[in-house]
Amino acid sequence: MSDTPLNGATPRSSGLLSGWTATTWATAICLVLLAVVPPVSFYAGQPFHVDLATRLVCLSIAAVSLNLILGYGGMVSFGHAAFIGIGAYSVGIPAYHATYGEFDLIASYNGWFHIALALVVSAIFAAITGAISLRTRGVYFIMITMAFGQMVFFLFVSMETYGGDDGLTIDVRSELPLIDLDKPLQLYFLCYGSLLGALFIVHRMVNSRFGMAIQGAKGNELRMQSIGYNTYVYRLVAYIISGAMCGYAGFLLGNFTTFISPEMMDWTRSGELMFMVILGGAATLVGPILGAVAFILLEEILSGFTIYWHLPFGVLLILCVLFARGGLMGFVSQWGRRNG
Amino acid sequence: MAETILEVRDLSKSFGGVHATANVTLDVLHGETHAVIGPNGAGKTTLISQLSGDLKPDGGSISFKGRDITSLPAYQRSLTGMARSFQITSLLMGMSVLDNVSLAVQAHDGHSFRFWTPARKDRKLRDKAMQSLQVVGLQDRAGELAGALSHGERRQLEIAVALATEPQFMLLDEPMAGMGAEESARMVEMLSGLKGEKSILLVEHDMDAVFALADRISVLVYGQVIATGLPEEIRTNEKVRDAYLGEGDE
Repeated sequence: MSDTPLNGATPRSSGLLSGWTATTWATAICLVLLAVVPPVSFYAGQPFHVDLATRLVCLSIAAVSLNLILGYGGMVSFGHAAFIGIGAYSVGIPAYHATYGEFDLIASYNGWFHIALALVVSAIFAAITGAISLRTRGVYFIMITMAFGQMVFFLFVSMETYGGDDGLTIDVRSELPLIDLDKPLQLYFLCYGSLLGALFIVHRMVNSRFGMAIQGAKGNELRMQSIGYNTYVYRLVAYIISGAMCGYAGFLLGNFTTFISPEMMDWTRSGELMFMVILGGAATLVGPILGAVAFILLEEILSGFTIYWHLPFGVLLILCVLFARGGLMGFVSQWGRRNG
Repeated sequence: MAETILEVRDLSKSFGGVHATANVTLDVLHGETHAVIGPNGAGKTTLISQLSGDLKPDGGSISFKGRDITSLPAYQRSLTGMARSFQITSLLMGMSVLDNVSLAVQAHDGHSFRFWTPARKDRKLRDKAMQSLQVVGLQDRAGELAGALSHGERRQLEIAVALATEPQFMLLDEPMAGMGAEESARMVEMLSGLKGEKSILLVEHDMDAVFALADRISVLVYGQVIATGLPEEIRTNEKVRDAYLGEGDE
């Protein structure tokens, strides 16, 4: 993974179509399809496709956030689903109290409040767990982030008030001005707009001084320290930003499913996010989205054949890791270079 | 007599039973090029790693510009004006040559918590980085990936990265390692251009280079400094001849 090209030398296209690389094309096509297909299928009487697309886009945001630290920062977090859970419960718990009373301090249907809660709690959780996890490297980092993720999982399992193991139904979705999240298309476009926002933020960030510093720390930490970087602090900040972004994805996912349970932050969910990033192409802007598309499609198709769909899925993943280093985006840029 | 910029006192480091650094006491003066020579396994790289902060000494003290830096982490030593080059080339192979140098400039231009402006279009960083590349003669290779450079060019880039941090003092760990005669000669020429302007602690196996560049030489054997002096004193020193120069003379 660490040998995948960092896009370091290739200049960004200047906006003229003639300067577009295969990667830029893939990005544009991907984003246009996501903008066009769901409303078309909705009006063609296929609302199920909108549901599928909404879930896809929510998971894409989570994968994009994971890519920031895994792809660009070289921090392989195996506990990222915890942030999705924190975000989802940031909707569920205030809404629960607003409906059934008690805990007036946080009882609210207000969407802004839910978003703020998701971001702040995720960021605090990331700051605490990151400060500890980032003192380790490699396999130890993977294991410790997974352990923290499982801690949150069991915390929510033990909270009987909020359904424990059985989960919690969100009776009333977050209330936001101008948009009604009960309308599938409006919810979808909130998610889609958020994905564009997340991509833009990540794009600006990885090319900024901060982004150069975390990519440098991924490539060669000792070197970065010897030229004057406190790599620990830069990594920690990247970890916090990624966690908060993933918490926001959880806020959207909670509003989409309206049923939340600890299962959504199980370590296998974290594993799925990792699949998406690696399958799509780590350290590329839209790789995680391609990975999420591939994941959702494979899940749909393979589970149509057999309930044991994880088995062929696992085989595909192994083949991908063995033969397609750089993931799906790796294919795209190779193809672009060959036909350039 | 010039002032000292680096003072090493009784520095010790052991790995198991091996005393890799045994009570090393050493001074580097302002503007001086001080070479450390010694046979393989004498503990030269271990010494450099302790001076740069990558390795914690067991005992003794290091002071730099009059300040005790023994427990300062590597990145802070860099910020106080110390730079190191690595014996085994240590670059960001997936980034361009210019990126490698410009990251070094960036580290010394305030904090890097700037999340929005593209760093690769930052003239302030890029111009300074180009200047460092010019000093080592790599300006025409700026756009290449560091991984695409030849061995000799990578060694030059190592120096350019170190220079870009605008150090007063440089720790150079075998800058000529693995270079051909011609490349070595060019490196010696470049380093002699830095003489006087930078204080340098040079570890090198190439004796021609050492005697061409060094103002003073210390000889390290089994972690101990057995002699320090002017090049001609070292050349004629009995102990040194026995321990090092005499046998085989690389």
